[in-house]
Amino acid sequence: MGAPAAAAVLKRTPLYGLHRELGARMVDFGGWEMPVQYAGILEEHRAVRERVGLFDVSHMGELDVQGPGALDALQALTPNDVAKLADGRIHYSAFLTERGTFVDDLLVYRRAADSFLVVVNASNTPKDFEWARTRAQSRGQVRVEDRSADYALIAVQGPKSAALMSRLSKPDPSDLPYYGFRDTEVAGARTLVSRTGYTGEDGFEVYCRPEDAERIFRRLLEEGKPEGVAPCGLGARDTLRLEAKMALYGNDIDDTVTAYEADLGWIVKPAKGEFIGREALVAQKAAGIPRKLVGFEMADRGIARHGYAAKTAAGSGVVTSGTHSPTLGRPIGLALLPSGAAAVGTEFEVDIRGRSAAARVVPTPFYKRPSA
Amino acid sequence: MNPEDLKYTASHEWVRVDGEIGTIGITEHAQKQLGEIVYLELPEVGHVYNVNEEFGTVESVKAVSELFTPVAGEVVEVNKSAVGEPGIINDDPFGDGWLIRLKLSSDAEGESLMTAEAYETYVREEEQGA
Repeated sequence: MGAPAAAAVLKRTPLYGLHRELGARMVDFGGWEMPVQYAGILEEHRAVRERVGLFDVSHMGELDVQGPGALDALQALTPNDVAKLADGRIHYSAFLTERGTFVDDLLVYRRAADSFLVVVNASNTPKDFEWARTRAQSRGQVRVEDRSADYALIAVQGPKSAALMSRLSKPDPSDLPYYGFRDTEVAGARTLVSRTGYTGEDGFEVYCRPEDAERIFRRLLEEGKPEGVAPCGLGARDTLRLEAKMALYGNDIDDTVTAYEADLGWIVKPAKGEFIGREALVAQKAAGIPRKLVGFEMADRGIARHGYAAKTAAGSGVVTSGTHSPTLGRPIGLALLPSGAAAVGTEFEVDIRGRSAAARVVPTPFYKRPSA
Repeated sequence: MNPEDLKYTASHEWVRVDGEIGTIGITEHAQKQLGEIVYLELPEVGHVYNVNEEFGTVESVKAVSELFTPVAGEVVEVNKSAVGEPGIINDDPFGDGWLIRLKLSSDAEGESLMTAEAYETYVREEEQGA
């Protein structure tokens, strides 16, 4: 058993007190004191796959990008085609370096042609804000603001999430399209509700004022009893997102991994025109992508975890995420492998603390929800 | 909550010495810290260990932990049901969730083993130091 980490001053969300009341175990997550689990990771994971779970993700960062130049600025700052985004719609995208590697991955919400909300990873918020502000504002006619302190964020995830949300919300969000959003009253509070999530299930994310967060969370817990609602921590969030093969910044992607290597070519739209990282990505695609983020399963016992070395017939690689899949009941993971070893079915070895364990590249996602 | 008849290590294992046999497991505190245990790796019968040697690993969804011998000896029994169903370590760490049994060597016991009372103080201090 390892020694506990040194004390640090951690940030807390408006739901901190409620987490303690609900018996959560709290951990340091990128400088935030967050619930890692309440009843247990496996049980919370199951609640989201079969029923509905609530997550406090208020630590996420929100950047407002506004002004007549907002659309052009985001076109230049992100690889996905913002011009294709309609009002009330969202897409997945990124801030990239000139090398085509990740500053962060993010969601872009289009309120109007001159008003966007960019949702970024918690621990990257200050970096992302500076990145966007300096690069966007030099273009003029656009203002970038860090609004993270104005928003709490509650994720309601699982097959029963629409039934629960529709009883507490006006208008009923169950007719929102996937990756759509609108202003919604939830439990009497003004919020923005989007049909998004990080679990591979149907679900919603509720952006509210910090002072309304606890009341909304309590109402969802109370009202969701017939659905078997469960508060869920970051532990289950990680196993859920990994089964759905959603990348985690800092594990699977960072400023050493390009968008193509991360298998996120679908957010790269070179045809739209200039954006930061475009040149490097176009060149990498022409030259051949040297390595790829793939899903794998273990043939031997044990979990291959982040940072473990991988050995393939085409050279070395590295495990970026690994866990026990509660749905499949066996160890799964993601690894960056040489492209020559990235095909489904390829066998390779992982060094699990000095022991060589067999693994195999498999199709992803590991879990896909039954279509409605 | 830590049984009085056991001895404890700083790495959160316990040992119950009964004649020449030492039964080894992890503590209630250890299982709580790990969360739901999903894999357990234990040695084969016949393996011989010194004190404070790694004899296996225990893994939860979130973390992996090495297991260290509190005493020296030869493995005479391995808890196969715990390997097959590691959740029993969470349910009953001092009972059905035991890990291995050693036939103790003559100079079996490590000097740094703690009594239940000393272990409780140790855990409290470790938590406060966090």
